[in-house]
Amino acid sequence: MRYTIVKSTLLVAGLSLGAFSQAAPSGEMLGNTCAGCHGTNGASVGNAIPSIAGLSETYMVETMNAYKSGDRASTIMGRIAKGYSDEQIESMAGFFADQEVYKNTNQKFNAANVAKGKALHDKYCDKCHTEGGTVADDDAGQLSGNAKMFLEWSLADFHDGSRDMEKKMAKKMKRMIKRDSDAFAKITDYYLSGE
Amino acid sequence: MNKQNRRSFLKTVGLGATAATAATYTPFAIGGASKKVVVVGGGMGGAVAAKYIRMMDKSVEVTLIEANEHYFTCFGSNEVLSGVRQMDDIKFGYHGLKGHGVNVVIDKVVDIDASGKKVKTAGGKTFAYDRCIVSPGVSYRFDKIDGYNAEVAETKITHAWKAGSQTALLRDQIKSMRKGGTVIISAPPNPFRCPPGPYERTAQIAHYFKQHNPTAKILVLDDKEKFSKFGLFTAGWAKHYGYGTDNSMIEWVKGSAGGKIESVDVAGMTLSGDVDDYKGDVINIIPAQKAGHIAHVAGLTNKTGWCPIKGNTFESTIHANIHVIGDAAIQSPLPKSGYAANSEGKVCAAAVVALLNGDKAPDPSYVNTCYSVIAPGDGISVAMVYNYKDGKINKVKGSGGLTPGKFDAKMRAREQENGYSWYDNIISDTFG
Repeated sequence: MRYTIVKSTLLVAGLSLGAFSQAAPSGEMLGNTCAGCHGTNGASVGNAIPSIAGLSETYMVETMNAYKSGDRASTIMGRIAKGYSDEQIESMAGFFADQEVYKNTNQKFNAANVAKGKALHDKYCDKCHTEGGTVADDDAGQLSGNAKMFLEWSLADFHDGSRDMEKKMAKKMKRMIKRDSDAFAKITDYYLSGE
Repeated sequence: MNKQNRRSFLKTVGLGATAATAATYTPFAIGGASKKVVVVGGGMGGAVAAKYIRMMDKSVEVTLIEANEHYFTCFGSNEVLSGVRQMDDIKFGYHGLKGHGVNVVIDKVVDIDASGKKVKTAGGKTFAYDRCIVSPGVSYRFDKIDGYNAEVAETKITHAWKAGSQTALLRDQIKSMRKGGTVIISAPPNPFRCPPGPYERTAQIAHYFKQHNPTAKILVLDDKEKFSKFGLFTAGWAKHYGYGTDNSMIEWVKGSAGGKIESVDVAGMTLSGDVDDYKGDVINIIPAQKAGHIAHVAGLTNKTGWCPIKGNTFESTIHANIHVIGDAAIQSPLPKSGYAANSEGKVCAAAVVALLNGDKAPDPSYVNTCYSVIAPGDGISVAMVYNYKDGKINKVKGSGGLTPGKFDAKMRAREQENGYSWYDNIISDTFG
């Protein structure tokens, strides 16, 4: 809500400079248009489309820009991200950063994998995705309780190179797979447990 | 808490005594004592508007009046025809809305008195409003096809364009059709609810036949020369159902080639255009459309049969304090889709809350996203971002568009799954 006020102030300032011709919908107004696919306030109850509630503002802006430029491949997000200015992306990212992280714990998972998945996560992932990626200060994606297929597709895309990742993440992922070829399934089950 | 909510909060506290003694509905309430919104129609537009008004400002009293206990989603209903979904999978109630403090009334609205700001129901009740939101969906121009009417649609030749009993009837007709029989689908002229719908329906019925009645045929008689997602659908029909070959399960006839239908012989199961007659074993006529019935009764329509509105608030340009959202509104370039109704419902909710509080309606933003499933593992989509500029709704240049035409199995499978996830989320966003 505070973003609404901040943005309105910016708009007034912009108008007085005569530089602002575009309408400035609030972060809430923009965010509400995402909810049809991503769930109310970004809390997804689906098992493919990810939750975006409580994501770090920085991470969300980076993600939207990567979709917009095509640096990150997508089915539909590239087409949608191109509809927003930098200011609008910042504004909607602010709105979602203000929401509580949502964990969908209604998805099926293999309980036998959870402890092994946790051990793998703690060793290879936790440094950047603290508490399953639910800490906004990490500026990293939410893993714990996120949509099952989103997690599986993300891992597959990083692994086969169709999605770029930072060097240190690539190194860690390579080591994790070397140690346990079934690591992706195990960490996914751990994330789906919401623990 | 923002400025607006804080003020609303104080007002509510101040009026605590009055509110506590008020009935669930207050006929002929004296204006200014409270903020009352009556929502007419509990479909994709009306339900989400009611919920979001309550989320935005708890001091607004919202009554939603809907004729049916349950809502069946139109999107997803084509998958009932193929057996991918069951009727219960597309059926939803109003418990979630009650949880948000929406006063849900199951009754039929028979009149809206725009000057007296009152809504009247078949049950004999009167509901006063400060602002009314009308989300009536579509009704059908049966008169455009000689011999067709509402009773025929309920019993023999369905339109199944409002999901429910006709969806189940059409599914049963398809299931029990003779081997090698023909289903005829008559597709309507623009504008109509769910532009890709007839063509997804064609694909879903073909998917059923491919498994259970492989020599059956589907003949699509179209009023138009082209349709939504044309390239993607025709390529998908070709890939999965032999479209374009001698052995195609699907034949599509455009308007200028004889697809325009003028009459139906119900007993003879025959459709007639200006040149040819077509006999079918199962016939599905999706008629030309106009705004839902109550919009006409309330005088909210113009000569097009649809409701003119202001694009930033969805307030009627005919009657002040009445807003029209969803398929009934003239909201172009937004399409008549469930997602657009969702987006319009929220823009309208924000405008209504602001106006009731004496504020200016906020700058709007809108999105449409629409998924269709051609065959298992083959989903396609269309999307667009819209803004409000120069007094009208506009597509944001450079945004949106279709699934790429070049077939990519991995991406198509993901589109289907995203489509199913979209379904779960828009339902939760609307009724949850």
